[in-house]
Amino acid sequence: MWLDPRNPQLNKNGELHHLLSIDGLPADVLRQILDAAESFAGVTQREVKKVPLLRGKSVFNIFFENSTRTRTTFEIAAKRLSADVINLAIAQSSTSKGESMLDTVANLAAMQADMFVVRHAASGAPYLIAKHVGPDIHVINAGDGRHQHPTQGLLDMFTIRHYKKDFTQLRVAIIGDILHSRVARSQIHALTTLGCPEIRVISPRTLIPADIKSLGVHVYHDLREGLKDVDVVSTLRLQNERMQGALLASGQEFYKYYGITPDKLALAKPDAIVLHPGPMNRGVEIDSSVADGGQSVILPQVNFGIAIRMAVMSIVAGSWRG
Amino acid sequence: MNKPAPSRPPLPDAEHLLAKLLDQMHAVVGPDTGLVGIHTGGVWLAQRLHAGLGIKTPLGTLDVSFYRDDFDQKGLHRNVKTSDLPFDVEGRQLILVDDVLYTGRTIRAAMNVLFDYGRPAGIKLAALVDRGGRELPVAPDFLGGNITLAVSQSIELTRDDAGKLSFKLHEN
Repeated sequence: MWLDPRNPQLNKNGELHHLLSIDGLPADVLRQILDAAESFAGVTQREVKKVPLLRGKSVFNIFFENSTRTRTTFEIAAKRLSADVINLAIAQSSTSKGESMLDTVANLAAMQADMFVVRHAASGAPYLIAKHVGPDIHVINAGDGRHQHPTQGLLDMFTIRHYKKDFTQLRVAIIGDILHSRVARSQIHALTTLGCPEIRVISPRTLIPADIKSLGVHVYHDLREGLKDVDVVSTLRLQNERMQGALLASGQEFYKYYGITPDKLALAKPDAIVLHPGPMNRGVEIDSSVADGGQSVILPQVNFGIAIRMAVMSIVAGSWRG
Repeated sequence: MNKPAPSRPPLPDAEHLLAKLLDQMHAVVGPDTGLVGIHTGGVWLAQRLHAGLGIKTPLGTLDVSFYRDDFDQKGLHRNVKTSDLPFDVEGRQLILVDDVLYTGRTIRAAMNVLFDYGRPAGIKLAALVDRGGRELPVAPDFLGGNITLAVSQSIELTRDDAGKLSFKLHEN
């Protein structure tokens, strides 16, 4: 077995072979990804925005759940690495004819795939795929159920480091639907590993997992109190399509108590930055004047997301597989 | 049975070779010449040349990790630096600067990087030391000196706190 059985995304040399979760990634691997992304961010500013690293490799974006934005950024990243990209919206294809996920993947592997970028509504699906592919295939989790969205978490870390330099002095607030958010989990794991001393989660009681304190975060139910003196304001999307049952009265009510407005943002540090993973619900979790304001780094996040995905793809593709 | 260790050649004085490079380059560089150092030793060397030659164009730096031909064997370099060319490459005379010239593969990769920024008028190569062993048709235009090493040996440029350059020998 070439992979570390306790942490199947690392090989026995501690190198990244698959990216399945930020949980369990050591700080040096996180920093390696962030440093490589720094260099790839420079490539995206050039006349020719491509490098030849993955020339001749085939990257399959297999999306069992739709996400145009995530798929597009992975596609751009793979193309900028000179890979061939094949996009499959499985939600509309084979599985609707009854084929199992692993059969679908085995068929794609037989087409000489080098990398699978997987999005699935079920938590753990990318792990299952990683377990069944051969040693020459790399799997990247592009979001699985409520579990993880590691490249989003990484690009948030990249954004925070870009503006704030040092994690060990930061107070970070994560606001919104923590319960349904894979982004929140990925962020909390990454921030903790990179040495962030204070992470706050701010959310109504109905949208917060009962065991959240075990991750070492401080829980607030009052937005004004939670935003006091923070350096980073990370807003989450209110996941309308994931909501089942009456966890919230309405979007308007959420906005009243938890929407980031200019007067609430004023409670954070004057140089605090505002993040959002997109797509935004303006007037629900964030006010338009904040989203478009001087403290918002939401559009830079999108560009950094391409650099992070280039970094992850090139690091896993180059990992030793002996 | 152990093979006898290769003899340790005397290491050249890096500062002395730098002075020789400056002498060769003075007559050739103009105020618009773009000097481009290859990370990491080549950047240190290029910084000294840039100051010594009084070049007005800001110094460029390159990391060739994304263009290396051994990616499939070795993967992505652990410590990738950022490339920065703070001038227009298009139509400019460039000088690539590296510390140790060996197989020529780094220079091939560096030229590919440069062409992704634009079409330079010309590229010349400056190296502090040439250890032979070329695998590609690459030759220096400006050279500090030569050294003969066994295949198992390598030399690395180092820089101390005061900025002084010197060579270090590694037995691999």
